[in-house]
Amino acid sequence: MTHSAGSDLSAEGGHGAVPTTGVPATSGRPVRGWPLWEVFVRPRRGLSHGHVGSLHAPDAQMALRNARDLYSRRQEGVSIWVVPAGQISASSPDEKDTFFDPAGDKVYRHPTFYDVPEGVEHL
Amino acid sequence: MNWSDSDKSVGAYALRLGDDALVLAQRTGEWIAAAPELEEDVALGNIALDLLGQARSLLSYAGETDGSGRSEDDLAYLRDEREFVNAQLVELPNGGFAVTMARLLVFAAYQYELYDRLRESRDETLAAVAAKAVKEVAYHRDHATQWVRRLGDGTDESRRRMQAGLDTVWPYVFELVESDDLVRDLAGAGLAVDPAELQGPVMGYVSGVIDEATLVVPQTSVRHTGGRRGIHTEHMGYLVAEMQHLARSHPGATW
Repeated sequence: MTHSAGSDLSAEGGHGAVPTTGVPATSGRPVRGWPLWEVFVRPRRGLSHGHVGSLHAPDAQMALRNARDLYSRRQEGVSIWVVPAGQISASSPDEKDTFFDPAGDKVYRHPTFYDVPEGVEHL
Repeated sequence: MNWSDSDKSVGAYALRLGDDALVLAQRTGEWIAAAPELEEDVALGNIALDLLGQARSLLSYAGETDGSGRSEDDLAYLRDEREFVNAQLVELPNGGFAVTMARLLVFAAYQYELYDRLRESRDETLAAVAAKAVKEVAYHRDHATQWVRRLGDGTDESRRRMQAGLDTVWPYVFELVESDDLVRDLAGAGLAVDPAELQGPVMGYVSGVIDEATLVVPQTSVRHTGGRRGIHTEHMGYLVAEMQHLARSHPGATW
């Protein structure tokens, strides 16, 4: 079985890459033999790839194929990216206050203070 | 309505292709909830469903053209073992994962070459089924290829198991590319593909993968055959019984 080098990420709860740094390990053994991959699917041409979930696979080629089976069987996409979860730098839940709260009271950052002339489309 | 001999032959041919797909769908479905990893569970489930879809189209068409008026369900659920005309390869037990992958490699390589040519059939229905299915089986072939490479060129134990998997299925692969009068006549009329024509391309592909996997093509003179005439291995009766149990216990059941 291949083990992910320096795997400090988990998909527990199905929310994708979540840092486990600082989380006490219950056991020294990995729960699964295969490393974790994050999956991004582009729904159609012109749109960006969006994160759709994660999966386990022994390597990148198998991760792509597993992603095809798990996340595109109902024609959800035209392109798939897979990224080793260990390669993603994720913000920590501990930093939530400093990262995100300051944006909460800055209503002027939303373009809601303009009068839109009548008849303007696609705005 | 009058059914020509040609129609009946096409029906008999569609039944062979349909039974191959149906029986392997049933076998492959046995992996669901038992595959080595959850992701592989889904992959094998998808493959089984692709095969079941092919089986439905082919069996429906077989029932229409052979003049019997039997539906796909009649053919799948109400025939006895000796009336199934699938190749013996597809009825073999799954064995370990490596045996299943060895079988899928050979069978998907065979189906790929078959459907690729059957797209040109003068029979529009067979051509349409083949055109749709060839994309599906290309994926099955790729899936098996990936695993045979990884297991063959993996650890000592995975390599041993992968070689043993190939050795297990090898005596059954030649039946896939056997000809008889039915297929030769239909192929001559531009309706079917003569399996003998497929041996080169199928073996070429499979042996290429085996080489890449650092394994060896099994050398055996044993060649099992008879499926096209309804002669099956000892495993077939159990498979048929399980597949048909519900439909026979509760005739006409729907949900």
